[in-house]
Amino acid sequence: MIDVLDYVMLFFLAATAIGIVRLRGLIAVVMLSGIYSLLAASLFVILDAPDVALTEAAVGVGAATVLMLGTVALTTREEKPVRFRPLPLVVVVVTGIVLIYGTLSLPPFGAADVPARLHVSPLYLAEGYEQTGVPNIVTAVLASYRGFDTLGEVVVIMAAGVGVIALLAGRRSGQGEKGE
Amino acid sequence: MFIAAALGLLVTMAMALARAYLGPTIYDRILAVNVFGTKTVLMIAIVGFLTDRPEFLDVALVYALINFIGVIAALKVFKYGDLGADGSRREEGLGK
Repeated sequence: MIDVLDYVMLFFLAATAIGIVRLRGLIAVVMLSGIYSLLAASLFVILDAPDVALTEAAVGVGAATVLMLGTVALTTREEKPVRFRPLPLVVVVVTGIVLIYGTLSLPPFGAADVPARLHVSPLYLAEGYEQTGVPNIVTAVLASYRGFDTLGEVVVIMAAGVGVIALLAGRRSGQGEKGE
Repeated sequence: MFIAAALGLLVTMAMALARAYLGPTIYDRILAVNVFGTKTVLMIAIVGFLTDRPEFLDVALVYALINFIGVIAALKVFKYGDLGADGSRREEGLGK
């Protein structure tokens, strides 16, 4: 049953992506990208990654949709019609074929005896709860074992946010309005 | 029963997706996204029960909250054309 859900939702995902490419009204594209994020988040949940799914929902559906709506409000609502050019399509198709070919040599999904899962993963799984006290092992790895890594990511995101706020605040004060 | 509910949800999701793609007005599309978010919440809850892990209900709750905030933000942009509007101005938004 979960397999059926997977396939149908992957089909929805592909249909949404094609819709995003084909539609020219940018507001509709923003709405469809919100649906895309919701679908991706659902698939993360089905794949047992509720943490990633929460992040995807908060960032993809919440923040990204609002930011893109703000961008549309500041710029334009219609995408300019583009002439069909074959070269980008060829590049994308060839890259996709190469990537799919690369996945053929990957170990099967969930295999336990691959090098990536023999080094520290058993240690995390065996002692994660005692060492960190976090019930969810993914959260334990992200927030405790790789805490400095996560801290670096947070710093990058904060720098990006400060940059965007600086840009928008400058624009607002140029219009004589009080920035938000 | 959960399987039947999941299949029904998939059908509803397909219809919401079609409305988001075809929707002649912006409000059709907003409503489609809102409906799709609600269906996602229900789908996550049902997946939780299908796989005997009802703790996914927490994730579903967070989704419901985020979905609400996102729709409010979208509607505000359409009404005022600006996310920073304080609501006292009656200027033309993106809606018309």
